Amino acid sequence: MRHRLTKGFAVHVPDGFFDAAVSVSAGAVAAAGLAVCLRGARRELDDRTAPMAGLVAAFIFAVQMLNFPVAAGTSGHLLGGALAAILVGPYTGVLCMAVVLLVQCVFFADGGLTALGINITIMGIVTVLVGWGVFRLVARLAKGKGGVTVAAFLAALVSVPSAALVFSALFWVGGTAPIEVSAVAAAMGGVHVLIGIGEGVITALTVGAVLAVRPDLVYGARGLTTPLVLRGAEEATAGATVGATAGTTVTVGADEEPVATRSPLRAFLLGGLGLTLVLAGIVSFFASANPDGLEAVAENHGFLDQATHHVFGSWALADYGDVGGIPVGVAGIIGVGLVLLIAGGVAYAARGREKARV
Amino acid sequence: MGAGHHHQLYLAGDSVVHRLPPQCKLLAVAAFAIVVVATPRERFWAFGLYAVLLAGVALAARVPLTYVLRRMVVELPFVLFAFLIPVIGLGERTSVLGVSLSVAGLWAGWNILAKATLGVVASILLAATTEPRVILIGAQRLRLPSLLVQIAMFMLRYMDVIMDEMRRMRVARESRGFEARNFRHIPVIARSAGALFIRSYERGERVHLAMLSRGYSGRMPMMDEISGSVGQWATALALPGMALAVLGLSAVQGLSL
Repeated sequence: MRHRLTKGFAVHVPDGFFDAAVSVSAGAVAAAGLAVCLRGARRELDDRTAPMAGLVAAFIFAVQMLNFPVAAGTSGHLLGGALAAILVGPYTGVLCMAVVLLVQCVFFADGGLTALGINITIMGIVTVLVGWGVFRLVARLAKGKGGVTVAAFLAALVSVPSAALVFSALFWVGGTAPIEVSAVAAAMGGVHVLIGIGEGVITALTVGAVLAVRPDLVYGARGLTTPLVLRGAEEATAGATVGATAGTTVTVGADEEPVATRSPLRAFLLGGLGLTLVLAGIVSFFASANPDGLEAVAENHGFLDQATHHVFGSWALADYGDVGGIPVGVAGIIGVGLVLLIAGGVAYAARGREKARV
Repeated sequence: MGAGHHHQLYLAGDSVVHRLPPQCKLLAVAAFAIVVVATPRERFWAFGLYAVLLAGVALAARVPLTYVLRRMVVELPFVLFAFLIPVIGLGERTSVLGVSLSVAGLWAGWNILAKATLGVVASILLAATTEPRVILIGAQRLRLPSLLVQIAMFMLRYMDVIMDEMRRMRVARESRGFEARNFRHIPVIARSAGALFIRSYERGERVHLAMLSRGYSGRMPMMDEISGSVGQWATALALPGMALAVLGLSAVQGLSL
């Protein structure tokens, strides 16, 4: 429950919520991730890294307090991982999120010191990496400004529930509370799909607002600004070929220019397809775990009803909370290793794609 | 979460705790948190003694109880969650005041409540007795990557500025009769966030240029090298040391039972 829709402020994992094995493993993952990002951010920003990332971190901190209305009386707020990744790049994004979490932990006592690794892994690394991965994928399929907006929406939408899923996975491996994992996953996932929609909308609109004024500042849309130089030449060729629209004849060498004319439709089709897939995947997954569906999860009563179904279910892990229990600990390390592998794979893929582009 | 007024986190003073070098205090708090988390939840009195230790630190630092309590609001959502666990927990049930509660859930709720509270209070005491900037110098002394520390320093330095810009935008919105009531008002908020990002980023560029003109080469000069003496380290590490002793005692007692 890192994040309560009704309260409107982020809740970080405190001390004692996860067992020692998971805390230590997540700490190792966070440290490794930060080491990679420190190197990567220097490539993204060179000697500007410290002031720029510091200011962006302050921005993320501020924007996390910006409440926006969700539905009747409730308000949500940004987590900011996907937004940071799109605006300043994945490496700097992870650094900014990590610093925000560090500051919130040490200075505001929000999140436990021993749970800092978990908080950085879930809210820093997972949201940024998933957000950036989805963004790159969609932005490559749907080009142009519309594509960037749709990609930003989907990136933020997916990033929040996946962070919730990683939280649930960690909870399954080494949580100290005796709650059915499916109930946690359902509640976390259900609420966070809703939060993700809000996050997606506001991320997409924010990226759009920055794109409209300073498109050069949006890291994820750097490809969009360069063709401006070529435009004159292409219009000349397009003008020469009478009867053919500029959008359909010139296709090689300048992707942005031709696609820009038809991108809204394509972007929306692809975006819609992606959204459907995401919602189908995530919602059906939770629907199977919880027949009552989203609205039941969204409010605590539903949560309670759902959970009492499992009260007399099999509860074999009576010693679940014992610190450093060997089977749980080993499982924790294996689970976190898996997360690390997946995260590393995504990071490697993102880096490879980036290199291929530049 | 406090609203960006980080200078209010620090309570100026001149106590033993205030004077300790930051790296000693950071390490002490971290070690204390680890000891607390490592304590089995059945040892009630050990947690009580930890609380007494923290109370001793608060007394030595002259941090008022009301201040600590006020800042503990941050923990509230998890307290609610901790109270929820026994209700939704699994396993055998017991009846408390007519409410059916899960035994394992009660243990887990107690576990989270006790450990999270002790951790939060320790962090609050650290922030109350150490200036934010100094804490970061301490973190650097503890070999945290210097780039990370620099980013955190810039963030702390400009947090108030950025929060003020956001506040001014909100005042501007509200003075024009805007009130975010429903979903359709999100675009306005998002445009504010976009403007805030542009302002923050451009301010970052200006800051960087200003730093370059003053000879910045990617590394911050260390103005004050604070090194802890043996005595100071001993004083700071007394907290986790005593906590560890409590843990050891409780283990001995647990064995004899």
